[in-house]
Amino acid sequence: MNRTTLLLSFRFGILVLLQVLVLNNLNFLGHLNPNLYLLFVFLYPLKDRDTYFLWTAFFLGICIDFFSNSGGINAAACVSIAFVRLRLLKLILNRKDLDLKLFQLRSESLASILLYVSILTFMHHFILFALEYYNWKYLDVILQKTLFTGLFTIVLSVLSIYLFGRKKTFNY
Amino acid sequence: MQQLVSFIEKNKYVLLFLFLEFLAFSLTFQSKSYHKSQLVNSTNAVTGFFFKNYNAFFALSSLKIENDRLQSENTYLRNVLDVKSEEIPLVKIDSNLQKNHYIAAKVIRNNYTHRNNILTLDKGRKDGLRTDMGVVNGESIIGIVNNVSENYATVLSVLHSQSKINIRLKNSFYLGSLAWNGKDYKTAQVHDLQRQAPLSIGDSVVSGGKSALFPEEILIGTVLSFDAGPKKYDNIQIELATDMSNIGHVYVIKNLDKTEREQLEIDP
Repeated sequence: MNRTTLLLSFRFGILVLLQVLVLNNLNFLGHLNPNLYLLFVFLYPLKDRDTYFLWTAFFLGICIDFFSNSGGINAAACVSIAFVRLRLLKLILNRKDLDLKLFQLRSESLASILLYVSILTFMHHFILFALEYYNWKYLDVILQKTLFTGLFTIVLSVLSIYLFGRKKTFNY
Repeated sequence: MQQLVSFIEKNKYVLLFLFLEFLAFSLTFQSKSYHKSQLVNSTNAVTGFFFKNYNAFFALSSLKIENDRLQSENTYLRNVLDVKSEEIPLVKIDSNLQKNHYIAAKVIRNNYTHRNNILTLDKGRKDGLRTDMGVVNGESIIGIVNNVSENYATVLSVLHSQSKINIRLKNSFYLGSLAWNGKDYKTAQVHDLQRQAPLSIGDSVVSGGKSALFPEEILIGTVLSFDAGPKKYDNIQIELATDMSNIGHVYVIKNLDKTEREQLEIDP
């Protein structure tokens, strides 16, 4: 087990416990619980067609589902954003020769980080709440929850990326 | 065959994505079916361990409310006993007359902000809990047990789309059913109440006793508002008697007549 794997496992454990024990109980303004555990997906090292990453995202989601008794809704949403992540990042940065090994999210501009985090978060939350309510009658509630919970998640995620994201070059 | 292998090899990533999504969706739909117990649930040892310890650590903050609730329940029970104290010596109490057995449990994980809310209890099969047992607290109905492991159990809260609880009006004997529309955790809705039932704002709604899960006459809530249509009542809003956002100690009801009653109802 090398250093990267160790760091990622540590991050995985901390984020899952933080999510299920603290953030899922927050109920800010009555019902807002940010899904900060998505930080794991945002910060996971980049690699082209990384099947290992898809599995990890699935297990991340299913861990949250085990604690929240929610079937597989977090797993479904996590796998979806893990699948589109690299393609989206290439689109946002508009760079053909993206150096995947040396890439650091923290050293990109705030605008691109914000765009990257926002699109993935809203996509994740929409899938999450659509599956939870699973009825188009509730479309207004789904969109409303996606928007407000999403904004909360985005603010916390971007702050965390700046606080904890590595700035020094670190060889993954 | 060769082509198939190379196709899989080429599209490994997309196929894995589709497979994992399929798996997650199946788990989601499986959990939405009331009649099957959930595969992914929080009754396992790991989730139970974390919830239990976390709860033990933070339980102090809700102790005051819990004490008040227990005291008011005690007062109520004392008053009931006081009324009956004169007749008790006259009646020989036979243990066969006991219909329900109550098992005390503690909610170690509460949920009330989702569409489908599920609670986790710190008691399980070894304490006598089984699926489809009613759960109440001192004030009202909480839900129905839906998954049981050796040491833990999950409860389908009243605030769940699959939960339908049989109710009746306290003043008359008209029956209806209680459901939740997913909006506000303080109010639930009553359906299937006949139009000829006398209904006014502030009326109490109690458990109907038609199902074997809950005893009769447990307070569920009071009528907040309703629309009286020509044929039926619409949109009956009920203010729930208990605060679902703050549940500590609960009782799980073991109906001692349940098997006998169900056998009778299956083959008349």
